[in-house]
Amino acid sequence: MNTRRLTLMLAALVAAMALSMLAGKVWLPAQAWSPTDPRWLIIVELRLPRTILAAIVGAGLGLSGAAMQGYLRNPLADPGLFGVSAAAALGAVVSMFFGFTLFWLLPAFALAGAAAAMALLALLVGRSGSMIVFTLGGVIIASIAGSLTAMVISLAPTPYATSQIITWLMGALTDRSWADVWIALPLTAAGMALLALTGPSLDALTLGEPAARSMGVDPARLQRLIVVGVGLCVGAAVAAAGVIGFVGLMVPHLVRPFAGHRPSAVLLPSAIGGALLLVLADSLIRIAPTVSELRLGIAMSMLGGPFFLVLLLRLRRTLP
Amino acid sequence: MSLAANALSLTLGGTRVIDAVSASFAPGRVTAILGPNGAGKTSLLSCLAGLRSPDSGTVTLSGTPRQQIPPRELARCIGYLPQSADVHWDVDVATLVALGRFPHRGRWGETPADTQAITAALAATDTATLSHRIVNTLSGGERSRVLLARVIAGTPKWLLADEPLASLDPAHQLDILDCLRKIASAGAGVVVVLHDLNQAAHVADDVLLMRGGRVIAHGPPETVLTPDLIAATYGVTAHIGTIGDGQRYIVTTGRST
Repeated sequence: MNTRRLTLMLAALVAAMALSMLAGKVWLPAQAWSPTDPRWLIIVELRLPRTILAAIVGAGLGLSGAAMQGYLRNPLADPGLFGVSAAAALGAVVSMFFGFTLFWLLPAFALAGAAAAMALLALLVGRSGSMIVFTLGGVIIASIAGSLTAMVISLAPTPYATSQIITWLMGALTDRSWADVWIALPLTAAGMALLALTGPSLDALTLGEPAARSMGVDPARLQRLIVVGVGLCVGAAVAAAGVIGFVGLMVPHLVRPFAGHRPSAVLLPSAIGGALLLVLADSLIRIAPTVSELRLGIAMSMLGGPFFLVLLLRLRRTLP
Repeated sequence: MSLAANALSLTLGGTRVIDAVSASFAPGRVTAILGPNGAGKTSLLSCLAGLRSPDSGTVTLSGTPRQQIPPRELARCIGYLPQSADVHWDVDVATLVALGRFPHRGRWGETPADTQAITAALAATDTATLSHRIVNTLSGGERSRVLLARVIAGTPKWLLADEPLASLDPAHQLDILDCLRKIASAGAGVVVVLHDLNQAAHVADDVLLMRGGRVIAHGPPETVLTPDLIAATYGVTAHIGTIGDGQRYIVTTGRST
């Protein structure tokens, strides 16, 4: 992707973030943008952290998706496949089950869930670096975490707790504060830094695993970078916003026509594109004339499901 | 500088696929590995390329065991062309061939040496005109040449190719063989797994004949590709003749009993 297109994407992201700052139940015209205006509080304490959080979560998920697709050489791969988001959600649900009220406990439990899934996956795969074991291990962890989550919900002590858990699982960025930003930002940044290192090895994998290894790619190191990088990004995203699917699946496909198909060339545009997509979607659901705000996770699934279907149909056509 | 297998043995799934194989390969020469299916040709090549670790025995480069050579150094030294021709993303030819520079890549992108090696590889395989085409839209012949160009771009001292002629028509097979010949003439050692006896007779300076994981014979084609050894290796009756310019041809006429 050339610099001009990247600059355009960044400009679009800045514009979307500006829109996100203005849009909502209360529109914020130019006069409001002054510390003396009472609406200044909305800007600084609500809109700004929410916008930044949307960008962080979107960038982490977009980059994770691009890295996973490159690593598994499968255009339908998604960080959700990996079991980390399901395990992180399980952690968060457990903290809600016990009704913990300290704000940092939910993210802490979500991260613990993500870390447990990563450790389990690393243990399952062992030193083999095998991609099949990796994929199946992720699917197994995701389904176990999913069933445990359902169990916790069914055991919830009060109907209120049940509804609270289910609402949270749908994923949203409503009422997030700077505290959430300060948890998500360093974790996502660390995860993204690890994933940024995978570019050349992902390119080499284009030729298949034997050829990549013969060129000096270390499959075990690559797998560690992917597991820890995706784990940090997805764990932080779930801790901050609940489960928001399809971003990692969709964004790499949306940027490939402009960035080309080389896996490393898709990484950075996918990070920016993911941020752009989530900031834009989160602004639109606030503008949409619905009685209560549509949950971001639901909005993304409604977008992602049909997208996935079209993708599958297109892929099927290219098969012999 | 030579590449050598010293008493290599490898067992896969309870079967001994390579059994105490020792062989030395010389630079500047094309060595063809021949043998029936399941003879251990691909396994031997994987061991030489460092993709499999033998159960016993060592692979040495100029006398140094492979394990003592840094992986990056080894990757620069040995180029491996796998049998599988899968290209997983819709990248263009120039991008794919540039991947061959992976073991040489520095921190700051493509160097003049990289560009030069890529241009030379495209020229050597006659693929320069394809450089903007998407690899997955090429014909089988073009694709094979492009994949070979990727290996050549890494300027390896050793080129190990696993059945590079599979699913090619005779003309395109000759193109690839000529490329391999040229690489050897330029000083690199070429070890290639082949299935066709005539192609081996055409291209190889040396032939390594394998059966059941063991080496049956190793030497120049005139001494190795004889009716007796071919019968012992493949279990077929072979007739050998020569055409005008002294080139030999081999015809197999049936299973020998």
